[in-house]
Amino acid sequence: MPIVLILLVFLPLAAAALIGLRAPARATSLGTAIVMVFLVAALNHYFDRESPSMQFASSLTVMENPGIALAFGIDGMSLVMLLLSVLVLFAALWMIDPLADNARLQYAGSLLIAGGAIGAFASTDLFFFFAFHELALIPTFLLIGMCGRGSNARSAAWRITLYLGLGSLILLVGLLALHHALGQPGFSITELHARAMADPIAPETQSWIALLLIIGFGSLVSLVPLHSWAAPAYAAAPTPVAMLHAGVLKKFGLYGLLRVAVPMLPEGMREWAGLLLVLLLLNIIYMGLVTIACKRLDTMFGCSSVMHMGYLFLAVAALSLTGPDNTLAYRGAILLMFAHGVSIALLFALADRIESRTGTLEIARLSGLGRAMPSLGFLFGIAAFASIGLPGLANFAGELLVFLSGFHGFRPSEGLQPLQWATILAVWGVVISAVYMLRAYRTAFMGDPDASRRHDVLTTEEKLPLAALAGALVVVGFFPNLLLQYLPF
Amino acid sequence: MSPHYLEIFVIGLALTLLMADAFFPAREKRVIAWIGASGLAIVFGLLFVVDPAALPPDTIAPYYSADPHALFFKGLALIATIFVLLLGCDFMPVLRRGINGADNDRKGGVAESFILPLFACAGMMWMASATDLIFLFLSLELVTISFYVLVASMRRQVGSLEAGVKYLLLGALSTGMLVYGITWVFGATGMTKMSQLAVAVPGMTDNIAALTFGSMLVLAALAFKVGLFPFHSWIPDVYQGAPTPVTAFLAVASKAAAVLVLARFLDPFLNNPEIAAKLIPVLGVISGATLLFGNLGALGQYNFKRLMAYSSIAHAGFLLLGILGRDFTLVSFYLGAYVCMTLAAFFAISIVRRSVGRDDLSAFNGLARRNPALAFTLVVSAASLAGVPLTAGFIGKFGVLMGAVNAGYWPLVAVAVPAAAVGFYYYFKIVRHMFWEKPDDLEPLPVGRLSTTALALLTAGTLVLGFYPRLLERAIQDAPIVPIPAATANTADTP
Repeated sequence: MPIVLILLVFLPLAAAALIGLRAPARATSLGTAIVMVFLVAALNHYFDRESPSMQFASSLTVMENPGIALAFGIDGMSLVMLLLSVLVLFAALWMIDPLADNARLQYAGSLLIAGGAIGAFASTDLFFFFAFHELALIPTFLLIGMCGRGSNARSAAWRITLYLGLGSLILLVGLLALHHALGQPGFSITELHARAMADPIAPETQSWIALLLIIGFGSLVSLVPLHSWAAPAYAAAPTPVAMLHAGVLKKFGLYGLLRVAVPMLPEGMREWAGLLLVLLLLNIIYMGLVTIACKRLDTMFGCSSVMHMGYLFLAVAALSLTGPDNTLAYRGAILLMFAHGVSIALLFALADRIESRTGTLEIARLSGLGRAMPSLGFLFGIAAFASIGLPGLANFAGELLVFLSGFHGFRPSEGLQPLQWATILAVWGVVISAVYMLRAYRTAFMGDPDASRRHDVLTTEEKLPLAALAGALVVVGFFPNLLLQYLPF
Repeated sequence: MSPHYLEIFVIGLALTLLMADAFFPAREKRVIAWIGASGLAIVFGLLFVVDPAALPPDTIAPYYSADPHALFFKGLALIATIFVLLLGCDFMPVLRRGINGADNDRKGGVAESFILPLFACAGMMWMASATDLIFLFLSLELVTISFYVLVASMRRQVGSLEAGVKYLLLGALSTGMLVYGITWVFGATGMTKMSQLAVAVPGMTDNIAALTFGSMLVLAALAFKVGLFPFHSWIPDVYQGAPTPVTAFLAVASKAAAVLVLARFLDPFLNNPEIAAKLIPVLGVISGATLLFGNLGALGQYNFKRLMAYSSIAHAGFLLLGILGRDFTLVSFYLGAYVCMTLAAFFAISIVRRSVGRDDLSAFNGLARRNPALAFTLVVSAASLAGVPLTAGFIGKFGVLMGAVNAGYWPLVAVAVPAAAVGFYYYFKIVRHMFWEKPDDLEPLPVGRLSTTALALLTAGTLVLGFYPRLLERAIQDAPIVPIPAATANTADTP
């Protein structure tokens, strides 16, 4: 069965190459995406929930000294991320207008970005785990610069490239230091993990490696104060890039923290958890307030995606402070990564449709869209409510688990610890989300439509990717166990 | 077959071509390039069948080694020379204009541009094998003198002449330092054979000052060849002024050979704790300063060849960091990757130069529309130079950084990381010009069949080595950097 996983990683790359060689772009890429959905379905079907080890594992040594292998394998966490990747990839490819300028480049670039993310999630070798993620760097740079919206597109493209380039180099040094501290046993994550369990690194060494990893992974996930690339880039990026980057690729940093930093550097992460709590509150409260002040939908979604990363960092901090038996944090983080990925991708896709109808994304200039385009209003409602965290939608389940995990091992007699204080303050993020989402919804969708504009209702073809994402939010919202069943505890 | 026939074959080929062109001038000088390239390709094939054990033990073996590193670098020099000859074929009109003053003048001059690289190639192959300092000096001079002529060969262009004079003056200075350094080392040890030095120097306790001084002088001379701070200042001018194929040759092959020699020469000295205590800080400062200077200097460049010059300084800094990390397999890999990606970039430069007439970055505006395939190859090459993962260049940077982390050179890591991040900016600037900017004219830009093949090979090499570095790794086989034949190790006599 390993071939299924290998195919899943290399299909998008091969499809991108084919499109470069003048294969019909839309047919090739959508066909690939559909095949990939089936491949992930096959992975789901054959996944052995009882087995604790990496499944569908395969390995090819590409360098003997140091031992680097092109190794793939998945556990429950990677499986959920793969599911998210193919779902968003499918929707993002569908959203591309085949008649647009550079459409071919958009298809190929989107496939490369998704292929990089999938490769990173499926890799069990630290080297390729890092390397695949960077595959997205060039397509992102090209696409934002060439097909970006607004006057700042080019500076946004530079900013995201240099930020992420520097961030990942710092991350690389952190990973190399980790590898060195564990006695250089090669780069297999499983083996490094076993080493870290059997012979933990000295706490003071752990501490500064953890700091490097927090800075490295943190800048990829837009942890305040390393966040300033995110909102402008997402606002400027062409829709598929924004969907894939905000929805899928950004999760790589969190995935890395959960996969590498937390289990291998427990002491180091605990030492920096206090700092993390402060920064994640800045993510939630400060960026939340910034989001309220946003005047355009795309900037607002960009800022909100930075803000929501705070919840995920809360789960990381809870795991670091309370130890690996805090399974709620782990499960909540993975569920919320999935839910946030789908909801933010849906929001960017909706923004794209709104702009195509009205020609603007300035909230104040939109009105009455709900009456003019009821299905758009409905879908926007689902996405907005999911983003706020309303029960019945996927984000709620994730956020609830994360907040509960903040009180793991809480003893009322000892009073509130920093983690609990942070959790309580973080809950206010829900209120902040409600303020900006509902306000935007009221302004743009309520009231009378602007008579001077033509508001064509969404066609079935347009509805399909949006409905797929919205459907995922609802289904997982009602049955979170569909995903949680794959996680080991 | 004994490996030393390889160089003899190359020199023989070069002399034959030189004579043939003098007495039976070919109408089409391309033929010379073709014969030269095919001859070198045969030699490259012979690399795989030579038997290092067949070296004549008394006459050749004391001066010449055919260890895996040497064979690897011979291969690298051969590949680089083959590609440079092919590059010259496509660059012929510009060469003719620079040498004879007219595009269509078929008389003289041009043939040497294809024959001198063969001499340089033989010199570099000897450099890779030289285990005696005198022999090393001779082979290095063969390379350098060939380059003096090649750099200045476009005699109707002021830039080329200026580059030639600069290269000659500074090259002569470095030669002087090299000989002087070798003298000091010989004076302190009574030896010129590297294999004897490798045994004797690590344990030496007297004459430390003389040895340190001598090794520093040799370091300075080789730093000039590699392009290390503070001996880098000739690089931008010479690279910009020299004909593009020569620049590519300088950037790739000359540097690779010098890096191997530097690593070989320094190894015994770094194994002596007393000398290492003085040498390592010096090397560290040089490496850090080179990284900073190369990368920061490249930021403001708008001429592609000048940009590549600063980039080559930056890469020299990484290479020295790799030598400091003492894992030479990774340094060799870095050089192999560097050859692929740099040659691809120079092919692109010469193609654009030929049809646009300039080698500014703005000449690349809109290349993605004029020739998407060429733009793609240049994206791969720029990505690899910048060190984007899944390209060969990343494995090189990765290995060098890993060596530095494992050796605990944290200050250097702290310099190398921002330096590499700066690299993203100026390499991506090339990508920006090709994709974002509007072209002056939208005419498709034609690429000859020869260049297409060469570019496809180089790009494939860059990508394949990025995914599967084992291909090159197997060629090097983790051999010790200074080969110590069993016989000499036993008879090594200290003064």
